[in-house]
Amino acid sequence: MTKVSHLGTASRPLASTLALALALAPTTLLAQDAPAFKLGVVSFLSGGASGPFGVPSRNAAELIVDAINKGTLPAPYDTIGFAGTLVEPLFADEASKNVVADYQKLVQKDEVDGIVGYNSSGSCVAIAPEVEKLETLTVLSACGTSQIFEEIVTEPKYLFRAASHATMDNVAAARYVVEHTPEVVEKLSDIAGINQNYSWGFDSWRDFSASIQVLKEDVEIANEQFPKIFAGQYGAEISALLTARADVVHSSFWGGDLEALVIQGAGRGLFGRTQMVLTSSDTAIHRLGRQIPDGTIIGARGSYSIYAPQSELNDWFRQAYYDRYGVYPVHPAYQMANAVLGMKAAADKAGVGTEEAIIANLKGLSYEGPGGIVDMALADGHQAITGSAYGTYKFDTETGLGTVENIVTYKAECINPPADLTSQEWIKGGFVGADCE
Amino acid sequence: MKFFDKTEWSLLYALPVLIILLFALPTWLVNYVQVSMGMGLVALAVMIQMRAGLVSFGQGLYFCIGGYTAGMASKFWNISDIFVILVIAIVVTVAVSGILGFLLRRYREIFFAMLTLAVSMILFALLSSSHELGSTDGFNLPQASYLGWHPEGETGSTVLFILTAILTLACAILINRFLRGPIGKIIEAIRENELRVEYLGASAHVSVHVLYMIAATISAIGGVLWSMALGHVTPEMANWTTSGQFVFIVILAGTGNVFAPLVGTLILEVLRVYAVEISPNTWQMILGIVMLLTIVFLPKGLWSLFERFVKRLSSKEPAA
Repeated sequence: MTKVSHLGTASRPLASTLALALALAPTTLLAQDAPAFKLGVVSFLSGGASGPFGVPSRNAAELIVDAINKGTLPAPYDTIGFAGTLVEPLFADEASKNVVADYQKLVQKDEVDGIVGYNSSGSCVAIAPEVEKLETLTVLSACGTSQIFEEIVTEPKYLFRAASHATMDNVAAARYVVEHTPEVVEKLSDIAGINQNYSWGFDSWRDFSASIQVLKEDVEIANEQFPKIFAGQYGAEISALLTARADVVHSSFWGGDLEALVIQGAGRGLFGRTQMVLTSSDTAIHRLGRQIPDGTIIGARGSYSIYAPQSELNDWFRQAYYDRYGVYPVHPAYQMANAVLGMKAAADKAGVGTEEAIIANLKGLSYEGPGGIVDMALADGHQAITGSAYGTYKFDTETGLGTVENIVTYKAECINPPADLTSQEWIKGGFVGADCE
Repeated sequence: MKFFDKTEWSLLYALPVLIILLFALPTWLVNYVQVSMGMGLVALAVMIQMRAGLVSFGQGLYFCIGGYTAGMASKFWNISDIFVILVIAIVVTVAVSGILGFLLRRYREIFFAMLTLAVSMILFALLSSSHELGSTDGFNLPQASYLGWHPEGETGSTVLFILTAILTLACAILINRFLRGPIGKIIEAIRENELRVEYLGASAHVSVHVLYMIAATISAIGGVLWSMALGHVTPEMANWTTSGQFVFIVILAGTGNVFAPLVGTLILEVLRVYAVEISPNTWQMILGIVMLLTIVFLPKGLWSLFERFVKRLSSKEPAA
């Protein structure tokens, strides 16, 4: 008896679910009429780079894709889907020993129509040849290395990158120091750097020190420190920098390492004694607030987050991101937004949301992102150049928020090499063809 | 005595099976089978050391030496012939492990684990700070060639898969021989009671030294095959997290048979692929839970499941 009555009560919700499913069926059928554009989204979802980079980019992709499918983005992106084709995101973790095999799996098993993402240069270097081999539209959203199109894939067809490479950050930083901090430049004779001991740190320091030495004569390198990534303790390095008495100290630290450097360096007077230049520090502003000493030069790897220009798209992006995730978007989120919007812009231009149409139309395209214009100008229209901006930190005691002042924006053409030169040749040759007006 | 034992026959039969899989499975899965063979060899190296009670937390060292030999041979000397690369890798590995063996053979337990880890991390640090070798970004490898033959595209990957399968199984057979041989027996005795081994007239130090060099060599072969398949090397190969993964595989798979680490690697890879698919944010938790369950319920690894299954079969047969 009990069993029967039990079954009776259980079948009621079952029946109502069935009825509900039947009622919903027509709408789901409608959505399936046109096959969706399957978009693989790859970023660090675990490990040390997930907090500062991976998760913000994943969130931005989720937010933008949802808005694209609902058609809630501001103009010119206010149409639904990639030219009407709905986008179905598929998230994957970049933290993997077999990043190439995972890429092949996304293409061959999940049969994605396009892939967007990748934070680390190491991953980008590894997958770049695979992209051309498997012939799948792939838009790299971040990874800083200039090698991708300069050395590895010299004739790209399927591979794009919607972000400038890291050379830009450091050329702009050097220009800002030399041209906009007169009191520092007057006595500038020695520079020093503290960067992490991996590609990003080495490349950043190489570009920054070379640029400064081109922009101002007789500048010596007083000291260069390359502590281990995720070290967290920089006592010895800070001592070395303090005794080196450099006029400018450059750092491309990010995430937790950056926060540790700021707290430990400010505590020991490093920031007061020298002009600090932090090229990737917008992510630290809302976390550290008043702990960042005023006067520190802050970079955001482009005209992103605090440096994003006023526009309807940017206002929407900041607000929507804040409403959904409780924080304002940082530069990795902007870069991902740029990459996804580039695909949409290309599809809308073609009028069809297919992989082929996006490949054909993204090439050489110039479109608007939340951080300003993205111009696919280099590498035969596959590598973006974007503008950048630098400013000086000022903590606003009234609002309790960190701000930047003396903001200088740089045009993409001013801080990126022309199409026919590699970054190193361009810097060493004295920035030939730089258009900074 | 028969020339091949049961395990060796199975390894021989595995070759045609792998070749059938190459054509039967979808390409993405073949990729994972292929990388699993390269990594499986390193796991096998960890496994044979575990037989002697030695846990190597730095097997990534030789995995990385193999990979970087392949990379540097093609980068600096323009050599893409896989046989030449393998010979160079083996020579380098034998030299390095031969020298390091004099130090490491004197240590056991946690001291051995920590020293192997330390040596591996030295290579990691050196490669990370060498700008010519692409620092932590590493660099890419060309497609392999075979004694002057340069197959491209699909043919190239097919040939590399078959060669990888042949070499992996050949290594596994040789390792099985080694484990059945005198030193193989001695290393198990070392795990049980090293002092007695010495009293019986065998040298524990020499046996561990030989064992260490053999483990290093197959790890380097694994490194060459793995990096040729993926076309990219990074210092991450020598990082302790990579080495830890090999230890993980052996604990998951068990040390019962040379097959166990090879199959274990593939199971772990496939498990990881599906864990990422099911839960991209917390896939490590799934792997961790599987690890815990294995340790609690199958202390001798997944291989013990298979052994139990075989035992039950053979006990039923005479009755039927």
